[in-house]
Amino acid sequence: MDLAATIVLNGLTLAALYFIVASGFSLIFGLMRVVNMAHGAMYLLAGYVGYSVFEPLYDSDVWYAWYAGLAAGVAFAAVFGAAVQLALLGWMQGQELRQALVTIGLSIIVADQLLASYGGTPRQFFAPDAIFGSTQVPWVGGYPTFRLVQIGIALAVGVGLWLLLNRTKLGMMIRAGVDDRQMLGACGVNVPLVGVAVFALGAALAGLGGIIGATAQPLAMGADGRFLLISLVVVIVGGMGSIIGTALGAVLIGLAEQIGQAMFPTYSVILTFVIMVAVLALRPQGILGRA
Amino acid sequence: MSLLGFAALLALPWLLPLVMPPGQAQFWTANILGRAIVFGIVAMSLTFLATYGGFISLAQMMIAGIAGYALAVCVDGAVPRIVGGFGYGAAIPLSLLAATAMGLLVGAISVRTRDIYLLMITLALAMGVFRFVETNIAWFNGYEGIRNVVGPTLFGFDFRNALVFYHVALATAALLYCGILYLVKTPFGLVLQGIRDNPRRVAALGYSVGLHRIAAFGVAGFIAGCGGVLSTIYNIGISPGTIGLGATVNVLIMSVIGGLGHPVGAFIGSLIFTVFDTFAASIYDRDRFNTLIGLVFLAIVLVSPDGAIGIGARIRRFLGAPRRSLQPASASSIRTAEEESP
Repeated sequence: MDLAATIVLNGLTLAALYFIVASGFSLIFGLMRVVNMAHGAMYLLAGYVGYSVFEPLYDSDVWYAWYAGLAAGVAFAAVFGAAVQLALLGWMQGQELRQALVTIGLSIIVADQLLASYGGTPRQFFAPDAIFGSTQVPWVGGYPTFRLVQIGIALAVGVGLWLLLNRTKLGMMIRAGVDDRQMLGACGVNVPLVGVAVFALGAALAGLGGIIGATAQPLAMGADGRFLLISLVVVIVGGMGSIIGTALGAVLIGLAEQIGQAMFPTYSVILTFVIMVAVLALRPQGILGRA
Repeated sequence: MSLLGFAALLALPWLLPLVMPPGQAQFWTANILGRAIVFGIVAMSLTFLATYGGFISLAQMMIAGIAGYALAVCVDGAVPRIVGGFGYGAAIPLSLLAATAMGLLVGAISVRTRDIYLLMITLALAMGVFRFVETNIAWFNGYEGIRNVVGPTLFGFDFRNALVFYHVALATAALLYCGILYLVKTPFGLVLQGIRDNPRRVAALGYSVGLHRIAAFGVAGFIAGCGGVLSTIYNIGISPGTIGLGATVNVLIMSVIGGLGHPVGAFIGSLIFTVFDTFAASIYDRDRFNTLIGLVFLAIVLVSPDGAIGIGARIRRFLGAPRRSLQPASASSIRTAEEESP
């Protein structure tokens, strides 16, 4: 019972991280129809940039070191995302495959330059004292507080995104853009500008994931591939462009990964892919995706 | 013309010493040309799908890896011994069968998706197999992989001889290349091109779009398998890194740099890639090869989406000599795939 509860809680905290990263991927895909293959690279970029802000502050023992790193990483990822959309992807709107190839090229260059400047040593953030240590959880016992905070952040991101999409003017434009870009433009909305905003937001979410992920577990080269894969699978399973679908996909994949690792360690990867293949066979558009 | 080109390629190991020192010529034969042909075969399986079916599959390197792993698992003399007991004569056909089966499986899983969805699903499948192979010790010896797959002795010639390897690889590539050019003129190939241009119309004519797609992935799986077997013998073994994200993307880079308009683009791309790979040290920085090739790739995608072939065709047009175009009817498959999306 205790073990089962721990595994489920582990799965949920992992799912929280997956949701934060994949929601950005799903958002960009939903409006822009861009498969952002550089999503993992943006995760990595934010992690490393955040770390270089965090490290000197942490060494001089300031309480806001982690928060500053978080802000820097997220802001940098957002600016990077906006720049990519402005400089490279914006003018080839509609050529989906070409855009995917451009982001692949970008991800190679970014990952390689990060390797050049930061080397291969893993980095890890230390969470601030307020969310460090452990908390008593019923049935589980002591559990890292930061992991619980992770779930809280994911919930906040989910609710925030839902409110943004359903209750604000920008959200209205985004939803209209998903259905009919041309008509939205004809209504006098600056669609390219909305695109830049969406890209910045999606990249910022990848960045947020990068900082949270690098606090929960060490950040190293290869994380870009891992989180790109996670984003792909979560979005394929949950359905493209749907926030609730992404959340559902993240919970399914996170739980499957943890339960699989507990029950049959060497074959756990397969479980994830069995889920993906089953969803594809029954509902190619994803569980909550629109046909 | 193409026969002459093939003869020139056959004689290349003896022609190279005429223009460069013998040591360097041997290096080119073994480390650049041989490798380029092997990579080119894998890239050609992607180009085949892209050119004639309009499918960009990122699973091709993984499928090549399946063939390589099947060979390493079955063949005698591999370290560590996992199944063993097969000679090369039996193990190689088995590996090709495994790759073809994997190709069919990938085709079946992705049969209802297209364009970027197909790209995402094939990438996810490739990464899934990679992570499985990397963590599984019992069958694939995990992170370390399987070593000492030295290759057979063919009519008294040892595969470890660079000249023998080069010629076997070249012959395989030429056979597969001619096979593709023949296949696309058969009824099957014509239906495949019909699917690329308009799947709905092909279905209305009474052809099964799904079955033709799966069969095309099977053919591509076989081609990738040939490349996988050769690359495993070339590397004297196989490890998960061979089918990782980097390797998967490299195959895509080769195909796109060369051009997705014609199977020959795969070999042009793989040659450019291998030359960059080998001489990155003298161009920029040995360790920063990825940045270099990434920039080249980005430049090609931004400037000439139909790759080196497209650049060549444009130069020919510019010079006013529109003799014969290398491209099939529709320009580049990057574009065709988009025009068709509903």
